Amino acid sequence: MAEAPALSTGVSAPPERQRSNWVPYALLLPGLLWLVVFFVVPMITLFSQSLQEGSVDEGYTFTGNVAIYAEAFQRYLPQLLRSVGYAASATLLTLLLGYPLAYFIALKAGRWKNVLLVLVIAPFFTSFLIRTLAWQTILSDSSPVTEFARAIGLTDLLQAVGLTANDNLMASKFAVIMGLTYNFLPFMILPLYSSLERLDPRLVEAAGDLYASPWQGFRFVTWPLSLPGVVAGTLLTFIPAAGDFINSKLLGNTQTVMIGQVIDAQFLRVLNYPLAAALSFILLVLILTLVTAYVRKAGTEELV
Amino acid sequence: MRWIRRHLLAFAALAVLAYMLIPNVVVAIFSFNNPKGRYNYQWTEFSTEAWQNPCGTPGICESLGLSLRIGIVASLIATILGTLVAFALGRHRFRGRAGTNLLIFMPMATPEVVMGSSLLTLFVAMGLPSGGGAILVAHIMFCLSFVVVAVKARVASLDPRLEEAAADLGANALQTFLRVTLPLAAPGIAAGALLAFSLSFDDYIITNFNASPSSITFPMYVWGAAARGTPVQINVIGTIMFLAALLVVITAQSLSNRRAKAA
Amino acid sequence: MAEQLSGDLRLQGLSKSFEHFTAVHPLDLTIPQGSFFALLGPSGCGKTTTLRMIAGLEDPTAGQIMIGDKDITTTKAYQRNVNTVFQSYALFPHMNVLDNVCFGLKRRGDKDAKKKAQEVLELVQLSEVAKKKPVQLSGGMQQRVALARAIVNRPDVLLLDEPLGALDLKLRRQMQIELKRIQSEVGLTFVHVTHDQEEAMTMADTIAVMNGGRIEQLGDPATLYEQPRSTFVANFLGQSNLLKATVTGEPGSEGTVIVRSHDTDLEVSREHLPDGIRNILLGVRPEKLRLGAAGGPNQLKGTVTDVSFTGVATQYLVRMPWGRELMVVQQNDGSARARVGENVTISWAAEHGFALDASQDAEAGAEREDDRG
Repeated sequence: MAEAPALSTGVSAPPERQRSNWVPYALLLPGLLWLVVFFVVPMITLFSQSLQEGSVDEGYTFTGNVAIYAEAFQRYLPQLLRSVGYAASATLLTLLLGYPLAYFIALKAGRWKNVLLVLVIAPFFTSFLIRTLAWQTILSDSSPVTEFARAIGLTDLLQAVGLTANDNLMASKFAVIMGLTYNFLPFMILPLYSSLERLDPRLVEAAGDLYASPWQGFRFVTWPLSLPGVVAGTLLTFIPAAGDFINSKLLGNTQTVMIGQVIDAQFLRVLNYPLAAALSFILLVLILTLVTAYVRKAGTEELV
Repeated sequence: MRWIRRHLLAFAALAVLAYMLIPNVVVAIFSFNNPKGRYNYQWTEFSTEAWQNPCGTPGICESLGLSLRIGIVASLIATILGTLVAFALGRHRFRGRAGTNLLIFMPMATPEVVMGSSLLTLFVAMGLPSGGGAILVAHIMFCLSFVVVAVKARVASLDPRLEEAAADLGANALQTFLRVTLPLAAPGIAAGALLAFSLSFDDYIITNFNASPSSITFPMYVWGAAARGTPVQINVIGTIMFLAALLVVITAQSLSNRRAKAA
Repeated sequence: MAEQLSGDLRLQGLSKSFEHFTAVHPLDLTIPQGSFFALLGPSGCGKTTTLRMIAGLEDPTAGQIMIGDKDITTTKAYQRNVNTVFQSYALFPHMNVLDNVCFGLKRRGDKDAKKKAQEVLELVQLSEVAKKKPVQLSGGMQQRVALARAIVNRPDVLLLDEPLGALDLKLRRQMQIELKRIQSEVGLTFVHVTHDQEEAMTMADTIAVMNGGRIEQLGDPATLYEQPRSTFVANFLGQSNLLKATVTGEPGSEGTVIVRSHDTDLEVSREHLPDGIRNILLGVRPEKLRLGAAGGPNQLKGTVTDVSFTGVATQYLVRMPWGRELMVVQQNDGSARARVGENVTISWAAEHGFALDASQDAEAGAEREDDRG
């Protein structure tokens, strides 16, 4: 196709009609403003609070007390690490449990697809506190589930691995991680489902045509193409799990205290605002680092 | 045995689904319990007392009412603000796209503890009181991003040629928006609104940071009950919520199916 | 790992039925090794189903598939030494071109995968884009990658499922010649499925015309075209003018028989007449008809109702006294052209006519406006 001939100098093409450029900004303004005022600004005040000294009664003054962060780390590093550990375990478990379900619904369920999706989503809409309380019932010391676990030796196994402290299931590391996994499964399944649903089945067929066994077809075609969903699900699970304390409070014991509980206590009971703010900020930075790493890899369009 | 091996995936999938649904089943079952003590962990005897008297425990229905009111208002405002943003992101080109995406994503990535506590520090610094208003503001904030995600997905898949066709047939910008764009985007907006409502209704951590003794939402009530004693009414309301959610989702599905069939 | 087999591809009694209909009736077919074979037919005729059965992507209801002496009917797709070029190309979007082409070789543990892939990319003239992702390539280039990806494995049989459908006309013509060249260079057995009869005739050594799950006629392009044995083949391959006629049995000039059609005596070669049939459809291709009496002993008179100039030729519709319009196609070689409304004589040589049993549907295989595509 021949290129259009260049215009000679002295004759300029009429300017392209400018689209009303203010429209997108007008649309964005209210929402983004709300977020700036009620999300960004509070983050700044949080950070500033951490560098202040004083008390609730006497008031706070900004002193730039960076030492508070060292104190926070010193006192609560175990809880911080524990939170990351629990969150990572729960995330891995949700991936292992959620992937088969998402795969099944997306690719194998046929006309049951909608029913199954409803069943995945519906519990999500009911109070998670109530559902987590239900786990207290399910894992209580005298429940049939616990009796069964004792009978098949599961409790001994868990005790040996250090996930429980005695032959109960309740009030243990095991229960906390179980609770976290349970709570965040929908957050893993839905992005995975979304990704897998977009998979073109003809690609898997082509892989088979090219000598890939069913397992190889999964490994080289299905899995790589579902990675966006995996990453989204991982982020959506790990991040809230790291800051969670409901599960630990309801299903754990004094040995399972997570950083979220510490922050909550420091803010609302001990009223040590600077320390609490510092801890909050540390948690935030930790998570921000992970997000940044992901953003650099996938670009911001994938986030939202 | 071989049949199981071939259907291994189905079994695994359904086992996971069962794991996800068991608590709901337990909640429903124990709503018919008549416990001996303050807590509802052990099955004692069958009783429909709690069902006959769902508001029997003091404070429970008030907290439910507050949660509903906050949920509806927060959902409404978050949906409006979020839909506008989603349209901007999904339809227009503008500078600062990366920054906007990041700003929208951040609330979804930030732990609730951090968001709740940071809002508390802001309100304290500004001298604003905790309570219903603070809770509402907080809820709108963290629901907004989810609405954007839900609507943007829908908006991005809208065929711009439909709007061009409308314009070609004489519709001005407002008419096109009201008669073509909005109805087509409606499922996404509805999904976003629903999501916002449920997030708001179910929120505990952020709410707790910004609440006052006179503003007890339903999750806060349940949390308190976990310490004080769990009345069976909690299970009743939990079961009602589950059934209502099922109903709404099923209705939404069949509506979209009907629309798809008509298309 | 599938070893290299040699031998013809043979389908024996191969059929595929679903709950409510039969896609492919029991089929017997031998495709010689190294030939370029086409399965031609309209959509729904069963050609794609047959192809998928050969590839192993569809299980046959009955019958066998053999390559040489080896029965591959029950082997799974990934174990067969058969590769497919898919209609949608099915290129792996997350891999670059080179990795796509290497895929099959790597799954079989080939150590020289990369080298072989690069050689094939040179064959299809895509060496420069080896590192690009499929989405960055044009349709024509994607099609060549899909071809390379299949060929590099040197399969016993290469299947092509309407691979040129998505390309525009000029590119398609180009690719048809390319494919033919590559096939003769590489020497593999190609089985090409298409609904485009021109494409099949251009590329294939042998064509099987399929209709309603059965093979209507099998043969080389010229034979199929000049001597169709059914109205379907006559109408599907190119165009035909079909005239109802009765065999009188009287001999005409050398080697011909007289048949009577619409009160006119016409001559048909004896060898073109099916035995024992009295009522026939006499068929003549439009390009065999001439305007004027010089075309041969068979003559009919009519009025021109339409003239279409197509560049290379001019297409006329000539209305006969009994109302039917015949199509005449004449090369624009400088000879005089007719105008609409002119009374003309059309003529043709006896050996250019073919005869079909009149009990068939005269419209079978004729392309309707909404069938195309």
